[in-house]
Amino acid sequence: MTDIAATAAPSTQTPTLPARLAKGFVNRLVIIIPYLWLLFFFLIPFIIVFKISLSQTAISMPPYTPVLDFSDGISGFLAGFRELNFDNYTWLTQDALYFNAYVTSLIIAGISTMLTLIVGYPIAYGMARAPATIRPTLLMLVILPFWTSFLIRVYAWIGILKPEGLLNQLLMSLHIISQPLVILNTYTAIFIGIVYSYLPFMVLPLYSSLEKMDYSLVEAAEDLGCPPIGAFWKITFPLSLPGVVAGCLLVFIPAVGEFVIPDLLGGSQTLMIGKTLWNEFFSNRDWPVSSAVAVILLLVLTIPIMFFQQAQAKAQEQGR
Amino acid sequence: MIRKALWLSATSVFLTLFTAGGHAEDRVVNVYNWSDYIDSSIIDDFTKKTGIKVVYDTFDSNEILETKLLAGGSGYDVVVPSANFLARQIQAGVFQKLDKSKLPNISNMWDVISERTAKYDPGNEYSVNYMWGTVGLGYNVKKVTAALGTDKIDSWDVFFNPDKLAKLKDCGVYVLDSPADIIPAALKYLGLDPNSTSPDDIAKAEEALLKVRPYIRKFHSSEYINALANGDICLAIGWSGDVFQARNRAEEAKQGVEIGYSVPKEGAQMWFDQMAIPADAPHVAEALEFINYMMTPEVIAKSSNYVLYANGNKASQQFVDKAILEDTSVYPDEETIKKLYTVKPYDPKTQRVITRTWTKIVTGQ
Repeated sequence: MTDIAATAAPSTQTPTLPARLAKGFVNRLVIIIPYLWLLFFFLIPFIIVFKISLSQTAISMPPYTPVLDFSDGISGFLAGFRELNFDNYTWLTQDALYFNAYVTSLIIAGISTMLTLIVGYPIAYGMARAPATIRPTLLMLVILPFWTSFLIRVYAWIGILKPEGLLNQLLMSLHIISQPLVILNTYTAIFIGIVYSYLPFMVLPLYSSLEKMDYSLVEAAEDLGCPPIGAFWKITFPLSLPGVVAGCLLVFIPAVGEFVIPDLLGGSQTLMIGKTLWNEFFSNRDWPVSSAVAVILLLVLTIPIMFFQQAQAKAQEQGR
Repeated sequence: MIRKALWLSATSVFLTLFTAGGHAEDRVVNVYNWSDYIDSSIIDDFTKKTGIKVVYDTFDSNEILETKLLAGGSGYDVVVPSANFLARQIQAGVFQKLDKSKLPNISNMWDVISERTAKYDPGNEYSVNYMWGTVGLGYNVKKVTAALGTDKIDSWDVFFNPDKLAKLKDCGVYVLDSPADIIPAALKYLGLDPNSTSPDDIAKAEEALLKVRPYIRKFHSSEYINALANGDICLAIGWSGDVFQARNRAEEAKQGVEIGYSVPKEGAQMWFDQMAIPADAPHVAEALEFINYMMTPEVIAKSSNYVLYANGNKASQQFVDKAILEDTSVYPDEETIKKLYTVKPYDPKTQRVITRTWTKIVTGQ
């Protein structure tokens, strides 16, 4: 990247001052838009959810107190503000249920992410090594499933995996098995569902980093006597790491909070945080506790990712 | 006095103008009902008769409806929650009282049902019954006969007796993912008060359910319709109308799947879906007209004939198809009705105990 910037710089002419100012303004505007997006669609909603998590449940509309507003003047607002407390967070620590649900979700998401990587890497590699003329078609094929509703695709897996389903019928007619396999309503079915649903999110970033890779490096390694597998682990894989990381994050984060796939494909014994949150919100009508669950889920996810990014930035600086 | 009279007449002129203006515009009523729960020709007939346009929207769980109502400003004029949810929503101030003078058809209602719905909505001030039914046993006749040697399913014993349920394990048992329906059934089977909120009783119900837990394939509140119809499972605890839907789908599919429904002899829970008007409804007059229309005997009978549920309208019974009216699993005989019970909504504290117990039963944690 730095090489390209260095060679490109001399060819651009120095623009006049007003043009530079205008360009600076446009650049800043372009940067501001994502920040505004984050402010309105992430930070403000998060503050509202956080505030609800400090409230207490009540039989009213909306079903919690206090509702902060300025209709009673500043003193009324402050009086409501003083009623906020961290009781709901204490509650979460008193029942092992929530901790177990978090851990189960993280484990399921972790395993699914690894499986998606294992399935997705060869696909992306094959795509990147394919002749340039058919790459757009292959890319299209990866995106194609998105044209059908996610829900319908998950439902289709019920038809495939159920005891009298397509998979069992096929295997039994080929005399590979004599008893139908029990896959539906187990953890296996959840893994299949997640890997299938999130595969494009893994393949696309992997493909983009593999495609950019300079293949002559691998050729050089092989010319110098490195066996192909060694060249893959020494050159291809390290160079595709940014794609691996991006793909894993894109799969892991939504998989932790996944609700639909475990609900439809998983058994009732599957305890994931998405379901726990649903229970708190809908069955118990406890908006404050469910908000607290959501806030902790967010922290559980963002803090490790922030540390990871920091470590990565440091490693990049050292590499330079 | 004269001034006051002038003022009054001025106001009335203004009001006439205002309402006339309202008439000139399109009159609309926003209805939010359960999915697959009305013969759509009823809506067209209503628009033809009154000129009121119906914006018809559907939901598939009480929880979704409740969340929208509690958040406020839903924009709906008529909603149809189940009675135990309605009771709590009334407390929260979600609904407005119905102006009975605008509902002349209310005289058609069936006292047997109104008496029971009054437990949730005292004096039936906020709501009118749409449909009602029971929580019972839906089963695949052939598979159950093969496993148990009989197709006579008439008791909760087939579910709560671990020896019997164990025989059904392999062909599949689904249970409603709804503690408010299943825990009272367990209490009833144990000879306890289905309305009990005592932690001891709830613990006993938990114990009874944990004994049969290993034989239950899944807890889910809607998947059992398809699963029964496709012949994937042989027993489900479900809502009467859903099981009838499964029965009809199975008949249409012609795959030889035969579905039965039984109201257990120990007694089963009754549920009621009630029409009500949110406090912040934008079109109250139209909403009342709609509810009144739905209480016309021929209209609600048409709906019952379509959705296969019993309704709470006595006068409509002469228009309900004979096959439905005489089907004791839809309109139970008097003897059975006496054994049916209703369950009061739980207070928040008990609700928490119930949900936690349920999580333990379902997930083992």
